[in-house]
Amino acid sequence: MMSERNNLGFIREINGPIVTIDLPGIRSGEQVKIGELGLVGEVISLNGREATVQTYESTDGVRPGEPAEGLGWPLSVELGPGLLGGIFDGIQRPLEKIALQSGDYIRRGLSLPGLDREREWEFEPNPELAPGHQIGPGTVLGTVQETETVLHKILVPPGLEGELTELAPNGDYAIEATIGHLRDKQGHSHRLKLYHRWPVRKPRPYLKRDDGISPLITGQRVIDSFFPQLKGGKGAVPGPFGAGKTVVQQQIARWSNAEIVIYVGCGERGNELVDVLETFPQLEDPYTGRKLMEKTLLVANTSNMPVVAREASIYVGLTMAEYYRDMGYDVVMLADSTSRWAEALREVSGRLGQMPVEEGYPAYLSSRLAAVYERAGRVETYDAGPGSVTLIGAVSPPGGDFSEPVTSHTKDIIETFWALSKELADARHYPSIDWVTSFSAHVHAAAEWWHKEVDRRWEARRTQALALLARDAELSRIVNLVGPEALSDAQRWQLEGASLIKEGVLQQSALDEVDTFCSPQKQFALLDLALSIYDKGMTLIELGVPVSHLQDLPQLAKVRRCKSIYNSDQVASITDLGREIEDAFESIRLQYAKQHSDD
Amino acid sequence: MSIKEYRTASEVRGGLILVRETPGVAFGDRVRISDGRGGTRDGQVIRASNEEVMILVFEGTDDLDLEAVWVRFLDEPVEIALSPEILGREFNGLGEPRDGRPPILSNIRRAVGGSAINPAARSYPREFIQTGISTIDGLNSLVRGQKLPIFSGSGLPHNRLAAQIVRQAKLKDEDSSFSIVFAAMGVSYADAKFFRDEFASSGVLRNVVMFVNLADDPPVERLTLPRTALTVAEYLAYDLDRHVLVVMTDMTYYAEALREVATAKGDVPARKGYPGYLYSDLAEIYERCGRIHERHGSITMMPVVSMPSDDITHPIPDLTGYITEGQIVLSRELHNQGIYPPVHISPSLSRLMKDGIGKDDTREDHPKVAAQLYALYARALETRNLASIIGADELSERDRRYLKFADDFDRRFVGQGEAEDRSIEATLNLAWELMSAFPRDSLTRLSETELAKYYQGND
Ligand SMILES: Nc1ncnc2c1ncn2[C@@H]1O[C@H](COP(=O)(O)OP(=O)(O)O)[C@@H](O)[C@H]1O
Ligand SMILES: [Mg+2]
Repeated sequence: MMSERNNLGFIREINGPIVTIDLPGIRSGEQVKIGELGLVGEVISLNGREATVQTYESTDGVRPGEPAEGLGWPLSVELGPGLLGGIFDGIQRPLEKIALQSGDYIRRGLSLPGLDREREWEFEPNPELAPGHQIGPGTVLGTVQETETVLHKILVPPGLEGELTELAPNGDYAIEATIGHLRDKQGHSHRLKLYHRWPVRKPRPYLKRDDGISPLITGQRVIDSFFPQLKGGKGAVPGPFGAGKTVVQQQIARWSNAEIVIYVGCGERGNELVDVLETFPQLEDPYTGRKLMEKTLLVANTSNMPVVAREASIYVGLTMAEYYRDMGYDVVMLADSTSRWAEALREVSGRLGQMPVEEGYPAYLSSRLAAVYERAGRVETYDAGPGSVTLIGAVSPPGGDFSEPVTSHTKDIIETFWALSKELADARHYPSIDWVTSFSAHVHAAAEWWHKEVDRRWEARRTQALALLARDAELSRIVNLVGPEALSDAQRWQLEGASLIKEGVLQQSALDEVDTFCSPQKQFALLDLALSIYDKGMTLIELGVPVSHLQDLPQLAKVRRCKSIYNSDQVASITDLGREIEDAFESIRLQYAKQHSDD
Repeated sequence: MSIKEYRTASEVRGGLILVRETPGVAFGDRVRISDGRGGTRDGQVIRASNEEVMILVFEGTDDLDLEAVWVRFLDEPVEIALSPEILGREFNGLGEPRDGRPPILSNIRRAVGGSAINPAARSYPREFIQTGISTIDGLNSLVRGQKLPIFSGSGLPHNRLAAQIVRQAKLKDEDSSFSIVFAAMGVSYADAKFFRDEFASSGVLRNVVMFVNLADDPPVERLTLPRTALTVAEYLAYDLDRHVLVVMTDMTYYAEALREVATAKGDVPARKGYPGYLYSDLAEIYERCGRIHERHGSITMMPVVSMPSDDITHPIPDLTGYITEGQIVLSRELHNQGIYPPVHISPSLSRLMKDGIGKDDTREDHPKVAAQLYALYARALETRNLASIIGADELSERDRRYLKFADDFDRRFVGQGEAEDRSIEATLNLAWELMSAFPRDSLTRLSETELAKYYQGND
């Protein structure tokens, strides 16, 4: 950590968010207060006495000659109880408190700490610790019940190591209170508190990477059953505007089996954050039965907020995600949208006069992007078992063109790619995840879990469904050339089968109360239902039953509607429906066999 | 602080002036420039150091003589005076009267730049606005506080549609009308006149504030115009508790003016010459709309964006669509068939529809009716496409039903009169009438209960 200094200098030039200051001795990465308003900024480069600063707030009205002050530390966040349920700006200022202080609009130059200084938390010391014990980074000193669902583990900050000389008894403490002391090798004593600070651009350390496998269940069929994500994985959701990126991310925030959700609204709409803020306190987590907001925190730099803080917001979110990971939790972080983060990089690099390489982006775009995604992962923490950060970023390609720099670099980095299609969205096929261009590197790994927990036929069924969808695309091309008359009955049944998959399985409305979440068991039941019907029908057609006979069955409508009729606890009813249809098919077969023998 | 005046302009470059040795000039400061011949122009500081200041001149730098130029730093950002008298008036982008009447006198003056609304202070827009237009109300509903642009093309009737919405928009079962802020950037004299006449003939003029910058007015002024207009909208909404509908036309000319300035400044272009910050710049404008906790008034926005060469992927409609809460897309094909309003529903979207419709807001069947109509129309368009390849005669009976639906839908649901103000019930009933041409079992997006209640077909 940098030492406490109070460096005073002055402003030389203001070029939008980029300010040149004269302040000898300032360090790269150091935080600065700019001008009479005290705008927050960060040194991004040094040149002799001069430093270039990116400011996180608008510089309107700032004059050359005004003071600039070095704060002595890099951009950092406060990590301790009181983060969950909150909404912070791109540099971790609490927006709800800002609203109390500055009204409906955000005033400049406010410096408010991320964590509440007044609130007291009941601290329960770790019973396995006693004075004299050797402790180090990540040692769990004790716990605080942060929300009903989340037990917050108080960790020794990374970088501190030595002998525990004192640990506070159970009691209520504010975050600045001392809850223990540690003596390091040099004999210096360090105060331990309920929180510590961590510089956001530096990944938090852990013991080692962990190769354990478990899928992140999102309750969304096309994701879990077709393009699964693992806990600790990296995923991207690219798509043109209106294709459904935000809904996919919000659905994951709502229904995934992550223990902590960090939602970063990076350069997107204010109302989308309000949507989360207003609905999550009401929605029930399907895994714990508690309110979703208890495990969620938001970082907001909306599109009208200063651009530079947009760049910071992703790191601020990631650092908080890593912190909860270090407590042994599975964290999912959603970043909507990483394109806006990249544009903030572009904005700063352009102002600095750096050489643009593609569409104005600097050459370091791809390496920065890779470094961001690299902070996802499943790890063995020092003292709290395995934890993970799953990072899912929305990508907003200009004009929906996936060959643009941010999408194409992202595609090289991530493991799951949920490509949204404008055609599907225009036809209101939601989620508009395109089964042809999407991919998941985790299918085989996820299969192990599905085969053990749900059904041994999972991977086979998935493959069969995708093959049927591919066949459907081929046949549709033929129809468009020569018309439907050219198709055989078997081919028509293939089209019908694909349509059952699309409507009965893939399409899932986020707005449908029943279908918005779908358990893995229900997911498989629906997939199996559609495919069993398809298989049975095909055997009948091979026996010569005309396809129109099958297409007119009223049960097919029921299969398409089934997802919204039965919830995740009613999987048995889906199986019953399957049996009912099987009986119907059987009677057709008998009828048909009878007719034939009558002829 | 004192007003500083300088004669040291050192360079003029495409809309920009550089001035040397001007210590202590604030970034963003407003500047008045005398051309030495009795004329003045307005500008803004876009780069400031003690050695040199870069000024953006709103009226442009044509015919400026470096030697003769005087530059005055006004030490204040661009501001507008506000009072209830502002209703019924017409201004330019800087808030100066264009209607020959005296300027507004008031001690309420606000900087037009605005600042970001704290997301924690917003409340989610949920109140359904009935526009009387079926494609909007039924399928892409507008709610109070939403920003919903019209994507159009040259020669398409976006102005007529915007005017019809202004005339008809109201909350369901409520008669309170909107105050209108009208912002015209780079439009023709005829277009501005169209709106002025529209407002006059529908008797709303007393409730309208107009900001006009015509095609032959200085393009740089277009950059402040929407901000000035929105500052007035905020005043009407949050000081005077009114529900404000802001109509802005044409955002494409706004963005082109921005590109002009960016090029002059030497900013790195991103796509098609537009600067990388076009997104954030547009967002600063669009995001000023919304609803705020405990405020009675609201700002709803309908910007018109004409798509260059009808291309929705062009940066201006594209970035707009990434910011706004949906879009209403007009189609040349429908227009050429004589269908008004030629709204193409497939690429159209309202993102805020979900909370504004349904049982307590419009009618319980509304959400599923919209989903079902979209599904039918998507399939119908595929069929139409197929028919154009293989001929309608080759279609199966099932497919022919879709083909007929496509035509009926375009003609009866999309098409309506310019004075036809359909209630949401009328829109939904019409939807059921059209859907009832299909067998009940094919309407799988609707629930059994809804079908039992509204389905009119015979099976
Ligand atoms: N799974 C879904 N279920 C229902 N509606 C959806 C779904 N996904 C997207 N939509 C619709 O599409 C709209 C746009 O989705 P959104 O996620 O905001 O798009 P993007 O973030 O890609 O611009 C939403 O407002 C909603 O109406
Ligand atoms: Mg989005």
